[in-house]
Amino acid sequence: MKSIAELEEIRKKTLEEIGLRKNKDGYRIVVGMATCGIAAGARPVMQAFVEELKKRNLHDVQVTMTGCIGVCRLEPIVEVISPDGSKVTYVEMTPEKAVRVVAEHIVNGRVCRDLTIGEAEGVK
Amino acid sequence: MGLMRDISLHLLDILQNSLTAKATKISIHVGALPSQDLLYLTVTDNGSGMEAELLRRVFDPFVTTRKTRPVGLGLPLLKEAAKRSGGDLIIESVKGRGTKLKATFGLSHIDRPPLGDIADTVVMVVTAHPDLDLAVCFSNQTASRELQLAEIRKHLGDIPLNHAEVLNWIKDYLTDSLKAIFGGVLDEVNC
Repeated sequence: MKSIAELEEIRKKTLEEIGLRKNKDGYRIVVGMATCGIAAGARPVMQAFVEELKKRNLHDVQVTMTGCIGVCRLEPIVEVISPDGSKVTYVEMTPEKAVRVVAEHIVNGRVCRDLTIGEAEGVK
Repeated sequence: MGLMRDISLHLLDILQNSLTAKATKISIHVGALPSQDLLYLTVTDNGSGMEAELLRRVFDPFVTTRKTRPVGLGLPLLKEAAKRSGGDLIIESVKGRGTKLKATFGLSHIDRPPLGDIADTVVMVVTAHPDLDLAVCFSNQTASRELQLAEIRKHLGDIPLNHAEVLNWIKDYLTDSLKAIFGGVLDEVNC
């Protein structure tokens, strides 16, 4: 059984690490979580991002959710916003694709072009 | 994949509504009452609420507040899911005060959706909204378990609730609680 006392341990353990990254800006990952996104499988996609970032100890990446992005037929949709404010929109996401986006885009800074909305809609 | 196949996905959808309505305090209650063959889900928020006029039409799929397209299926789908199992969906709302939603299901009805992964829904919401004052309660006929994030925050000081270690703790705590209240099978009610 989980106990409140464990929270104190977590606090002690993570306090130092938190101090180190307080003023570091990282990527922001925004998952569309309206009815359309949820029905298309957005929750396991978001979970895959959270798990993969945890596995790689990427604590300065923020994962968040938003309402309907507007292209419901391409859900699950994920926007990756880099520290400089530029945005890449990934469509028809799956947990497997999420793992790839973390490895290629977040870690190595290479956009997964074949997964973007531009590619899906045939615009350059 | 596909569609809103369990109660935890409907819950995520409703919570997103509350967050869109700028709620800062949300309380979730999942309760099972085998003696009345009833499973219920209530979500209460302090969001912006709805005018009586919108509230009256809110189960109409062609009513929505989203700007992106004129269709809103979240509440109609939940109402249908509840009704299919002999339950219903009732919403009370006061403009400027907040909204209370109660979905009921026939506990043993063959068409009742499974609970799904309630813990995962809560963890995803906390990941995205670490400052939200969320309270989660599970209850059956004789016992209940509660988690109040405001309480957790007191023990954590400066550590945000969406730190990986804290999210793990929340997930495990809720999973334990679900098992204790609803029986051994995680996404089902067995009490």
